[in-house]
Amino acid sequence: MNRVNSLEELRILKKEYKKLVKNRSVDNENTRCENTQGTSSIDILICAGTGCQASNSMDVVETLKKEVANADLSDKVRVEITGCFGFCEKGPIVKIMPDNIFYIEVTPEKAKLIIEEHIVKGNIVEECIYHEPETGNSCPKQSDIPFYKKQMRIALRNCGLINPEDIRQYIAFDGYEALGRTLTSMTPEEVIDEVKRSGLRGRGGGGFPTGIKWEMARKSQSETKYIICNADEGDPGAFMDRSVLEGDPHSVLEAMAIGGYCIGASKGYIYIRAEYPLAIQRLRTAIKQAYAMGLLGKNILDSNFSFDIDVKYGAGAFICGEETALINSMEGGRGEPTVKPPYPAQIGLWKKPTNINNVETFANISPVLLRGADWFSSIGTEKSKGTKVFALAGKINNVGLVEVPMGTTLREIIFDLGEGIKNNKKFKAVQTGGPSGGCIPSDYLDTPIDYESLTKIGSMMGSGGMIVMDEDNCMVNIAKFYLEFSVDESCGRCTACRIGNKRLYENLTEITEGKGTMEHLEDLKELGSIIKDASLCGLGQTSPNPILSTMNFFWDEYVAHVKDKNCPAGVCTALLKYHIRPEKCVGCTACAKVCPVHAITGTVKQSHTINKESCIKCGACATKCKFNAITRK
Amino acid sequence: MSENKLDSQKLQKLEAYIDSIEEKEGCLINVLHEAQDIFGYLPSEVQLFISRKLGLTAAKVFGVTTFYSFYTMKSRGKHIINVCMGTACFVKGAESILEEFKNQLKLKDGNTTDDGLFTIEIIRCIGACGLAPVVTVDGKVYGKVKVEDVKNIIREYMEESI
Repeated sequence: MNRVNSLEELRILKKEYKKLVKNRSVDNENTRCENTQGTSSIDILICAGTGCQASNSMDVVETLKKEVANADLSDKVRVEITGCFGFCEKGPIVKIMPDNIFYIEVTPEKAKLIIEEHIVKGNIVEECIYHEPETGNSCPKQSDIPFYKKQMRIALRNCGLINPEDIRQYIAFDGYEALGRTLTSMTPEEVIDEVKRSGLRGRGGGGFPTGIKWEMARKSQSETKYIICNADEGDPGAFMDRSVLEGDPHSVLEAMAIGGYCIGASKGYIYIRAEYPLAIQRLRTAIKQAYAMGLLGKNILDSNFSFDIDVKYGAGAFICGEETALINSMEGGRGEPTVKPPYPAQIGLWKKPTNINNVETFANISPVLLRGADWFSSIGTEKSKGTKVFALAGKINNVGLVEVPMGTTLREIIFDLGEGIKNNKKFKAVQTGGPSGGCIPSDYLDTPIDYESLTKIGSMMGSGGMIVMDEDNCMVNIAKFYLEFSVDESCGRCTACRIGNKRLYENLTEITEGKGTMEHLEDLKELGSIIKDASLCGLGQTSPNPILSTMNFFWDEYVAHVKDKNCPAGVCTALLKYHIRPEKCVGCTACAKVCPVHAITGTVKQSHTINKESCIKCGACATKCKFNAITRK
Repeated sequence: MSENKLDSQKLQKLEAYIDSIEEKEGCLINVLHEAQDIFGYLPSEVQLFISRKLGLTAAKVFGVTTFYSFYTMKSRGKHIINVCMGTACFVKGAESILEEFKNQLKLKDGNTTDDGLFTIEIIRCIGACGLAPVVTVDGKVYGKVKVEDVKNIIREYMEESI
């Protein structure tokens, strides 16, 4: 790869590289695959993100390559790895272009079939196509699948489209064009103004306007400044940043360089979790390629601007997502937050002005500059512009990553894209914002998602984790789960957070063990609000949210635990009561045989009973009973 | 505390790594990552070695090691079982999977089996939420794990080591 010396040269290369990806444009998509025979070449795209790799997508890659070679089609058919398609529930995903046929749950055996049938004979392999669960309708194309219908991919625009390990494919889809335009025809102020006008806000959770943040860092006087990409993503249940880094690392590098030009920094760092080995590897590859082409390093595109990027590892601390804690960690210390102000934009890394943005925020920068602030701000709601990526998980039919315009309702995301709750269970709540957020019940499903609306109902946007819960989830237990996380992750600096969260956790434990009183509930409320007020950083200020929001919306469930010593969802072991329904029991004795403490008695072919005194509530009997005769509540 | 216990080859490797770092300032976290890679864990002797080599107080090094969950000061078993406790896995029953592993491996206190074959740890979200609940053994991912599967997963590694 040779150095690119000007924007014109970059554009010439883009033209050339377009040939590499000519099959990927959905605009000239064919209706079905009858045209495969006519096209001169075919691209087989396969997801090689962490999720699909965990379902053996790399074995599928091997099989596809082998079968293509066996069919003597290597010069016509290209097997190409990509980043995440988002539809993780049905991975590994294989997409045939230009036919635009979308295959799900592909195994090596199915891969062989796809080559034989689709590639060689031109027939769609119906058994690997997505079918709508209710109607059975076949959805051969990505755009037919309900999961994709309301999505709009800006941050994820290249994920699932390009090979993240090939800079040429990124360039073919307008990569580094925004950087080129910035360096050749725009002043830093003009770029900042464009970002400000777009209304882009920080996607890491806080929602601070990105343009204003850049402006603050620009105004700080210093010879040395830094720009940092926060890729720590410690929020359990959120994986959008990881997917961007694995699927489109150059979009982050390019935006960091643009940010550097705007604020006057020549050095950037990516602070990334050591738990994301694949993202680290892809980033390192991308950085190397960008240097080789002179898109990072000295005098980029022969301008006066030079910019370097280094990778720094996190070591597993949720708090390091907080800016000042992240800086302390990057300096090699404990990731404890410090008081703001001064803000990092004034005094940051090594006491120099520093600008920190999250991965998803950076991924939005090039589209904002290429398509303009007016285009970007036409998407979304009045105060929240553009799109947001959510990691949809939990008891939902379609687990995966979705990117939707701000203002889409929770109901649309959960029931249209996510296609509802698994196993026909009843929706109970959706948890957004991770440990800092709250649980939202069904009454609020029509809330349009934006920063303010979510905060108003006691939750928050956070990084974008969205965990769906059904009737079998106990809200007290969920609150306890998040509190345990916050106790683990508190840096310990503020007494209220260090000791207060521990007390909240102990309190919740007692409630789930049947030792709770109404006083416990009052204490939770009071202590929760004190911790929020008396903590220095976002972790402490939000850690009681899961408790406060569940108490607000599911008060009856707390009262049932405390007063009736009952867990309505049937989760809290200590509160469970096992009972045999005489009308259903046929006296097969299976339960009595499996009971480790011999608490079940009865005669063969007659209804059995459980001795509540000796029952240890292990649940073995309920698992064994084929007649649904054992209840636990 | 003596440093004699440490494998000198491993120590040399660590020393060479530290010597190769250009920007020594702020490199402690990366050095600890490398050290844990080499030794498998961070015993106090290794931490002391690092503190002398980098000219930092032992208290500073110890403070950093104990702050981050990625580092461990205890030696670990041959096979590392990680049970994901991200929210998606949790709501789908990761707790009972963890319990089953502990029962099967007869772990009461501590997280390494007496024969040193298995260490069980909790991790917070590997981001494969579509496969929840997820368990990894030595990096290999097992998705949609059921309590009944636990026995077989353990057996896979028991037989291999016989």
